[in-house]
Amino acid sequence: MRAVVSLVVVLLLLWLAVWTVVARDAFLAVAGFIAYGLLLSLVWVRLYGIDVALTEAAIGGGLTGALLLGAVGRLRGTEAAARSERPGVGTRVLAMALSLGVTAALVLCVLALPEPGPTLAPQVARELPATGVGNPITGVLLAFRALDTLLEAIVLVIALIGVWSLAPDRFWGGRPGMRHHADPDGVLAYFARVLPPIGIVVGVYLLWAGADHPGGKFQSATILAAMWMLVQMAGLADAPAVGNRLLRAGIVAGPLVFVAVGLLGLWTAGYFLGYPQGWAKPMIVAIEVALLPTLVLVLALLMSGAPARSAER
Amino acid sequence: MTAETLIALVACALVGIGLYGLIVQPHPLRKLVAFNVMGSGVFVIFGALARRGAAAGMPADPVPQALLITAIVVAFAATAMTVALLLRLIESTGSASLAAEPPAADGEAR
Repeated sequence: MRAVVSLVVVLLLLWLAVWTVVARDAFLAVAGFIAYGLLLSLVWVRLYGIDVALTEAAIGGGLTGALLLGAVGRLRGTEAAARSERPGVGTRVLAMALSLGVTAALVLCVLALPEPGPTLAPQVARELPATGVGNPITGVLLAFRALDTLLEAIVLVIALIGVWSLAPDRFWGGRPGMRHHADPDGVLAYFARVLPPIGIVVGVYLLWAGADHPGGKFQSATILAAMWMLVQMAGLADAPAVGNRLLRAGIVAGPLVFVAVGLLGLWTAGYFLGYPQGWAKPMIVAIEVALLPTLVLVLALLMSGAPARSAER
Repeated sequence: MTAETLIALVACALVGIGLYGLIVQPHPLRKLVAFNVMGSGVFVIFGALARRGAAAGMPADPVPQALLITAIVVAFAATAMTVALLLRLIESTGSASLAAEPPAADGEAR
């Protein structure tokens, strides 16, 4: 029975992947991609990666899908011109041959994998109690491989700076996107008032539960960012001006606290990002709490895009 | 065949499908979607490797799984950056064409 379910899911996944590539227009392709992302999270569950499944559903399918959908709306006029640039049969046959070659090489690699697979799980299981967290993924993200997570937070901030720097000179420091207007008594405004309190509780719960159960700051930040976006879309609040100093302080606070904890480790434990004996759990919680506002702001502002109007309006 | 082997093999096909779309779709947004499909194929292969590393009472090796979470978030950041670049390209040139100028050159202008 489980084999049948797995087979149906992967066949659907393949079909949706083909769909995103061959669909007639960009809107259909992106709609297919969102369904693909949700189906992909089922595959992650099947691979026993609950944390990955949550991240995929929230960020891979949800945020990326919404971002692409927003772009489709603004690119409508450019699609017809692109169609005339479709490569000829020769290029397509070559592309097909290359793709089949890459797939065949990967298949050979997968079939030649050693048995049993190499693993770091025993080491994680042995060292996890020292960190005080129960979720091995959180342990890896914030203790064993904390440097990766620190660099990731910095990459996110750099990506945001990159997006902002695409603003036309006259709008530098201004607000991203259009000011949204919605009927103040409409359904959207109603949801934007009712949902955020629930979403904020769920988001904070996911952060707290992430220490011992699936969840964590990324999944939590996505929900909180979505709530903020909802309030903006309903016109209840405007997008912040990117020149706002408080906003910028909030964005860099997370990585700065992370680096500070890392330097503290240099002094107390003898190496960068080391935690002193017995202090791992409080340090991890401190980093997670400090990173949360950064992640919420960065994810939401990456969705909003480059500044497109001055700060006054 | 175990479920993770099946999923890994399907992921190999996802990489191929994404690569094909990346090459043949002329519109940059379509290329971006195809590139994301290709990337997700790589992630799933990695996830299947994590599942093969099940040991010590854990259903999968948590180290690659944690790296996957990082990877998904970074992929989102890169996608957002690309979308912003694309919108700026259209704003300044009025077209989303990636063709090299003069348009005699056949192929990628990335």
